[in-house]
Amino acid sequence: MLRTLTGLLMLLAALVPWPARADAAAARFVTVPGGHFVSSLLDGTRTVTVRVAPFAMMEKPVTEAQFAAFLRAHPEWQRGRIAPLFAGPNYLAGWLTPTDPGDAQAARRPVTAVSWFTARAYCDSLHAELPSWYQWEYAAAASSSSRDARAGMIRRNAILAALMRATGQRPGLIGQRPANVYGLRDLNRLIWEWVSDYGAMFPDVNGDVGSAGSGSVLRLCGGAALAFRDPSDYALAERVAALSMLAPADSSPFVGFRCVRNLGDAP
Amino acid sequence: MKRILATAIALALGCAALASNVHASPLPAGWACTPATCGAPEGKPIVEQLLPPPQVPARITRRYPAKVIVNLEAREVVGTLADGVKYDFYTFNGTVPGPMIRVRVGDTVEIRLKNAHSDHMPHNIDLHAVMGTGGGAADSIVIPGHEGAFEFKALHAGFFVYHCAMAPAAVHIANGMYGAIMVEPADGLPRVDKEFYVMQGEFYTPGAYMQPGLQPLDMKKLLDEQPTYVVFNGRVGSLTGDHALRAREGQTVRFFFANGGPNLTSSFHMIGGIWNTVWPWGGSNEDHNVQTISVPPGGTVIADMKLVVPGTFMLVDHAAVRMFNKGALGQLVVSGPEQPMLYRALWNRPFPPASAMPTAATSAH
Ligand SMILES: [Cu+2]
Repeated sequence: MLRTLTGLLMLLAALVPWPARADAAAARFVTVPGGHFVSSLLDGTRTVTVRVAPFAMMEKPVTEAQFAAFLRAHPEWQRGRIAPLFAGPNYLAGWLTPTDPGDAQAARRPVTAVSWFTARAYCDSLHAELPSWYQWEYAAAASSSSRDARAGMIRRNAILAALMRATGQRPGLIGQRPANVYGLRDLNRLIWEWVSDYGAMFPDVNGDVGSAGSGSVLRLCGGAALAFRDPSDYALAERVAALSMLAPADSSPFVGFRCVRNLGDAP
Repeated sequence: MKRILATAIALALGCAALASNVHASPLPAGWACTPATCGAPEGKPIVEQLLPPPQVPARITRRYPAKVIVNLEAREVVGTLADGVKYDFYTFNGTVPGPMIRVRVGDTVEIRLKNAHSDHMPHNIDLHAVMGTGGGAADSIVIPGHEGAFEFKALHAGFFVYHCAMAPAAVHIANGMYGAIMVEPADGLPRVDKEFYVMQGEFYTPGAYMQPGLQPLDMKKLLDEQPTYVVFNGRVGSLTGDHALRAREGQTVRFFFANGGPNLTSSFHMIGGIWNTVWPWGGSNEDHNVQTISVPPGGTVIADMKLVVPGTFMLVDHAAVRMFNKGALGQLVVSGPEQPMLYRALWNRPFPPASAMPTAATSAH
C-alpha cells in the first residue's frame, strides 16, 4: 500500500511543472569520464558490472546558501507553502525562517533535511537532475589518487569513522579534504546524498511494511549481508540503509544532494 | 461488549492452542502461556516505568494479563567510554544498555520507538521476546524525526535481549544499541532482596585501551572481533568505586545479566561467590551451585546469590584478559559483621627455609 502510494507520488511528481531555471552561477559541474565498474550492491545474488556513460556532476554538494537562493526564487518550495505530499514536517526543520538557514557558514555547509522531491526540483531548476545510484557510486569510488579505491581498508575505516564522528552535530563544512581524481569533493565523508532511483535500487525497502521476501533483506539484521557484494564495507551499508528507509517526501538531517547532467544535455 | 467477549475467548482459545503446540516439553508452572494467563488484556493500559541501568523495574505483583506500553527513543550520543575517553554511542533512551523492560507472560506489549531529530541513522528494535518477523525489526524501522510502533503478545516467560537490527547491525550493536526485557512467569520469580541489571558489551576503537580523546569505531578491529574494551553497562568503571553495587550480609541479590556482544561470549562470574540459583540462557530451567556461566552475544542469565559474608565481590567476565586489561569488572560491596565460622584469615607470615641442602662435603662423608 505504502509502495503504491510512493509510486503514485513519484509519477505525480513527474507531471508537475517544475520551476523555471534558477541562477546556476554558483554551481560548478565537473566532467566524469565514462567507464565500467562493479557495483557494491548485488542484484539479487548476482554481481553487476555497470557501464557508465560520461556525465557532469556538481563538484560539491548543494550548500545551504544555494538552496536558500533557490527557495527565494521559487517560494512554492518553501517550508510552510510546499504541499505535504512533497515534503514532510521535518523539511528544513532546523532553519531559522523558511528562507534563512540561520547559519553563518551557510555558503560552505551542505544543505540537508530536504526531501527527494525538493532535491529533484532544485536540480531541475539548473536543467540538471539527481544522479542515479550507479553514477553516484561510480564517482564516489574514486579517491584523490585512484578511480576505484573502494577495496582499501584504511580508507573504508576512515570513511566510517568520519560519519560516526558527526553524531549529533550538523554536517561539517565542504572543501576540507582534497578533491578526488575527477575533481569532485565530499562524496563520502560528509553526508548521505539523494539519488534519483534510490527506490528502485533497493527493491521493496519502501514497500509494504512487514512484507517478506528477498527484496526486503535490508530491513533485517542478518539479511542485510545478502545485499552487498562485500558485507564488510560498513560505511556503504550505513549509507544504503540510511537512504533506503526514506520515503521520497521524508527529509533527514544528514541527507543532502548534488546534481548531474548527462553530457549532451543542456550546458 | 459481545464482541470484546468473543475476542477474549478467541484469544484465550488461540493461546491454549499455542500453549500446547509451542511447548513440546512440560514447563515449570507459570512459564508457559495458558488460557488462564494469556487471555485478552485487562484493566487500563500500563505505561512501563523505565529506569537507567543498573536499576531494575519493580517486580510485577499483578496477576492478570495487561496491555503494557513501552516508550523507547533511539539516540546517537557522545558519551564516556572510560575516564577521558569519549565515544559516539548509538543508544536506546540515552544509556548503554537501554532500560530494562519488565512484563508478565501473557501481556500484550506495545513497543513505541522514536528516532531523535538529531540522529543520522535509521534505527529499529528486535526483541528476542517476540514471536514475529525479525522480532519486530521490520515494523519498527524509523528514520530520524519519525516514530513507529508494533505490538506483540509475550508468549514465553524468560529474560531476553533486545537490540537494534538496522543494517549494518554489527555496527549498531557495537555502538551500544541493546538492552533486555524480562517476561516474568505468571507467579513471578522468587522474591529476593535486591535486583541489578548488568549488560556486557564490547567496543572497538583505533586508540589503545584508555587512550584519551574521542574514539571512533574501528572497523578493522570489529571485523577481526578484537575489541579494545569489554565493559559492563557501557563504560569502564560503571560498577566500581562510587558506582559499586551495594548490599548487606544476609540479603539475596539477583543479577539480570545479558550480553549485547556483538561478538564475544561472556564467562560471567562473581569472584568470591557461588550462584545459589541460576536460570541459564534466561530460560525456565533452574540450576544450582554454579560458579561461571556462559552468556553468548544476544543471550542472558538470571543469577541469584545469598550473601553470607561481608567483603568486596568482583563481578567479571572470567576470560581474564578482559577483566584485567579491557574493563570487564564490577564490584558488589557487602556490608555486615565478619562471619569467622564461614570465612576467616588464618595466617600470612614468613616460614624458615627447609633444612640446609646437603653439601658436597657432607654427602662425601
Ligand atoms: Cu540502530
